[in-house]
Amino acid sequence: MSDYQTHEHDVLVIGAGGAGLRAAIEAAKDGQSVGLVCKSLLGKAHTVMAEGGMAAAMANVDDRDGWETHFADTMRGGQYVNNWRMAELHAQEAPARVRELEAWGAVFDRTKDGRILQRNFGGHRYPRLAHVGDRTGLEMIRTLQDHGIPQGIDVYMEHTVVDLLKDGDRVSGAFGYDREKGRFRVFKAKAIVLATGGIGRAYKVTSNSWEYTGDGHALAYDAGAELTDMAYVQFHPTGMVWPPSVAGILVTEGVRGEGGILKNNEGRRFMFDDVPDLYKHQTASDPEEGWRYVTGDKSACRPPELLTRDHVARCIVREVKEGRGSPHGGVFLDIAWIREKLSDSEAHIKKKLPSMYHQFKELAGIDITKEPMEVGPTVHYVMGGIFVDGDSQMSTVPGLFAAGECAAGLHGANRLGGNSLSDLVVFGKRAGEYAAKYARENGDVRVDEAEVEAAAAAALAPFDRDGESPYAVQGDLKEMMQELVGIVRRQDELEQAVERLQELKVRAAKTKCDVNREYNPGWHTALDLKNLLVVSEAIARSAEVRKESRGGHFRDDYPAKDEKFGKVRHVITKGADGSMQLEERALPAIPEPLKKIIEENQKA
Amino acid sequence: MTTKATFRIWRGTKEGGEFQDFPTEVTEGMVVLDAVHKVQAEQAGDLACRWNCKAGKCGSCSAEVNGMPKLMCMTRLSDLDLSKPVTIEPVQTFPVIRDLVTDVSWNYEVKKRIKPFKPRKPDFEDGTWRMHQEDVDRVQEYRKCIECYLCQDVCHVLRDHKKHDEFIGPRFFTYVAALEMHPLDTEDRVEELREANGIGYCNITKCCTVVCPEHIKITDNAIIPLKERVVDRFFDPVKILFRKLFGK
Repeated sequence: MSDYQTHEHDVLVIGAGGAGLRAAIEAAKDGQSVGLVCKSLLGKAHTVMAEGGMAAAMANVDDRDGWETHFADTMRGGQYVNNWRMAELHAQEAPARVRELEAWGAVFDRTKDGRILQRNFGGHRYPRLAHVGDRTGLEMIRTLQDHGIPQGIDVYMEHTVVDLLKDGDRVSGAFGYDREKGRFRVFKAKAIVLATGGIGRAYKVTSNSWEYTGDGHALAYDAGAELTDMAYVQFHPTGMVWPPSVAGILVTEGVRGEGGILKNNEGRRFMFDDVPDLYKHQTASDPEEGWRYVTGDKSACRPPELLTRDHVARCIVREVKEGRGSPHGGVFLDIAWIREKLSDSEAHIKKKLPSMYHQFKELAGIDITKEPMEVGPTVHYVMGGIFVDGDSQMSTVPGLFAAGECAAGLHGANRLGGNSLSDLVVFGKRAGEYAAKYARENGDVRVDEAEVEAAAAAALAPFDRDGESPYAVQGDLKEMMQELVGIVRRQDELEQAVERLQELKVRAAKTKCDVNREYNPGWHTALDLKNLLVVSEAIARSAEVRKESRGGHFRDDYPAKDEKFGKVRHVITKGADGSMQLEERALPAIPEPLKKIIEENQKA
Repeated sequence: MTTKATFRIWRGTKEGGEFQDFPTEVTEGMVVLDAVHKVQAEQAGDLACRWNCKAGKCGSCSAEVNGMPKLMCMTRLSDLDLSKPVTIEPVQTFPVIRDLVTDVSWNYEVKKRIKPFKPRKPDFEDGTWRMHQEDVDRVQEYRKCIECYLCQDVCHVLRDHKKHDEFIGPRFFTYVAALEMHPLDTEDRVEELREANGIGYCNITKCCTVVCPEHIKITDNAIIPLKERVVDRFFDPVKILFRKLFGK
């Protein structure tokens, strides 16, 4: 018999970023007893990293905006494979969620007449992002935390969940450990909300923190839920590439929006060399016109640096592959050049891009007002995830809900900047509301002792094994994913990746760690590997069958979009024998009224 | 380009511990947190440390590097003298859990005692308010806080005098200031500032401001204005007389 403590709640929320906190608040408001489990300290979740803002059609800056346009923009950005119901609800409800944050104490930047200011961003037709300088995510998480804690939510900080428990078909709780002492915990719950974020740690170069090991994806998968759209991983074109310590950290799109240009080591502005036909009429024909655009000339077209994220990222990869990269394997992003145009360029850059100025100054020793930056693509976001019902956010397992990055659907094949923060609060609220309702309407659950025992034994296994270090396996996995399932994909490489994953699974099952349960990152890494391997395999397999290029998924051997694949999604489930199953399903048709909205916006 | 450096890292638990030397190869551009991770991966798999964003935005990796409270992710090795061992130890104001990880739960408890945000009624029927940028600039400065608690670590009232029961520390004065000066807030926290929060203990040595990685002017912009509110309320002779005469 293992030793463990049991905590009982009506609703258990796993993950305390924007989505988890918002879900917990909503469930607590319903009068349910709520437990909130998070791997880090409260308030440190990855949401703090979000810079740009949260998209909501409040029409404070441009009164032509409305939910219909936001909906159409989101669908276009997602290449029309989004869950249309989620895109609709998101566009309709985001403004109320922003106003609610203000009522809870958030202090957004203001318009001249004292309302919430909104800024422009890629793919959004009108200025739509409510923001606080370039630290909007911090504002959101702190507001939710400070509003939520007094509601009587029980927070289990620095606790990791390693398994979900079930009572028949329903979820009945979660099994995990506290990081401090390594003591086991059982959280018994009538409903569970997964809000665990993304999968970036499966890759070598990522803007994501250590927490992003695909926990929610893997927990849901093991519990029998469906994952969907896992091929769609967003590579942000501009991450830092040097120094190594900061490789992957985001360089905001705002640099290019302010006139930053991309150059290769020959000094050539290579983005002009490859403009997709579809965008030719909307793209500047020469550098002069590009400059006029970024300085507000409405008759000019945007410079090619502001083409979609997926395209810019691929052009950078091409330059590097063909030997025209910067010394540390990226390309040059130059904002300093605007001194040719502006006499006060230094002050201008510092005022418009304060955090980028400091980030490069402090971490790379580079003054961006004087020298170019080195940048390259970085794994940023996963559009795929746990398949949920658009209204309730319930997965295919009764009582198991998901919200935020770990849930799939809203963003389709490619996410627009600014749509993730609004996603967190719109669907965090919905998940909390429906989880509370589920807990209210369904009876008590039983926790199966045998299931707990098995989970405990598995969690302790790394102490008794005699294999290699979990850090070594994690390192090899990241290298492999970066190389074979990266930004440009090919049939033979994807097949090779699936094979290599089988070898890595064998190695991971043998990893050992120091015998010490107290705050032992070696042990934690050994346990996280299981989740990373599940999501890596799901991505590789989904990418392998999607023989087309769409949004975040680009195939060198199938570089065009294929209409046939635009009508399907790929579903990943765990088979009875424990092996990963993949199935193709038809996407539901978009209802006529919404189709009309899309068409009208395409015309305009 | 690699060079050798030695990291003298404190290892232990609340029962005690000691510094251990880890000679490590370092490359250009590394920060202290990278060195700790390298030691973890190569020499001490169970070395405990907290971190998240690695970009100075989450405030998890606070420690004392060569005796100075720092975020390890923002401290570049090139700014340190690598000819001598670099000491890395946990923050001193809070009890150690293991190695570089300390028990900061006291901070979460303190925050629970502070009266939460209470807005005035919305200005318009649609539930919205109007606020002007110049009225929120100051509050936005306080709200930049990433809760790394380096200010709590360096504050002598907590660090040396252990007044954890009577004094909330610079972080929470900044928090109270953000609430008190929020244009929409209607709550009154001045009495607690004087009594339960112990603002009088602060003798404005400004150490907190020096270590703040977000460059918040904690002493000048948060603590001193709050001290003034306390003085206005409780020590203004005209007001004292007024209260005596009219019993208010």
